[in-house]
Amino acid sequence: MEWLVLVIVVVMLSSAVAVLLLKDFLAALAAFSVVSLGLSVLFVILRAPDVAMTEAAIGAGLSSLLFALALRRLGLWRNRGQ
Amino acid sequence: MRRLSSALFLLGLGLLIAAIFKGMEFGTVAPIAGQLINSAAAEQVGAANFVTSVVLGYRGFDTLLELTILFTAATAGGLVLGKRAPNAKRDPDAGFILQAGADLLFPLLVVVGVYIILHGHLTPGGGFQGGVILASAFFIPMLARPGTPMSHTAVSTIEGLAGACFIFIGLLAMFDGEAFLTPLMDKGELGALLSAGSLPLLYLAVGLKVGSELAGLLAHLSESEAVD
Repeated sequence: MEWLVLVIVVVMLSSAVAVLLLKDFLAALAAFSVVSLGLSVLFVILRAPDVAMTEAAIGAGLSSLLFALALRRLGLWRNRGQ
Repeated sequence: MRRLSSALFLLGLGLLIAAIFKGMEFGTVAPIAGQLINSAAAEQVGAANFVTSVVLGYRGFDTLLELTILFTAATAGGLVLGKRAPNAKRDPDAGFILQAGADLLFPLLVVVGVYIILHGHLTPGGGFQGGVILASAFFIPMLARPGTPMSHTAVSTIEGLAGACFIFIGLLAMFDGEAFLTPLMDKGELGALLSAGSLPLLYLAVGLKVGSELAGLLAHLSESEAVD
């Protein structure tokens, strides 16, 4: 089980760094929701299914949706070649 | 100077977290409050999911305040977004594939959300999780057909009624001479669908409130004019 946790932590950390480095806002948003998904898998491994469901539904699902709609409202959702 | 201070802060934070986790094996927690609740919850509250018995039974007032915070946040979001300009044009309807996919996904997601809410006292999940799933289920048709907006009056009516129901069930316990939000009614058989007294009703109210509130917020956000 330890190696699975290690893989998830590495994926989470690298996607968290990717959020900072990516120029495209939508791609950064996708990387951001990967962090939440990895966290929810970690919660399942730690035998906390309630928290895992909350994290998957709110962290990965709803907050990404809210961020995407906010990007649309601000006009930042198109990649302008930069 | 600023970089140096942030680096120092990060170093200190890392040392603090490392010191906390040094004495802890991965996946183990200090068994202080958990054991007490694990041994007493099934008898006292009658919910097979002990998390629910804490969320609604032992700490029901916290849940009410959580709902209040969510309501305040959604209201503030609506205030910031403001009113839509009357002559602003709506987005065109989506293509055939997105519309057919939305029609297919919508009933499935509604069933999953309602199942998670109604089984909140038996299996992992409950009002908050199921409510979020319901909100995203009702957002999918909006995504496919932006031309036919959702009725905001209906959504806010459901939201207000659900919140009032939660407080009313809490007040009913006070009429019996108990404390606010004490679980009422027969506990029933542990693990049956109709068990744990009034907890399933409370979770239904929480689910409807969270779902309608978030669906309203998503609708508000998606109806606001986009900047090109």
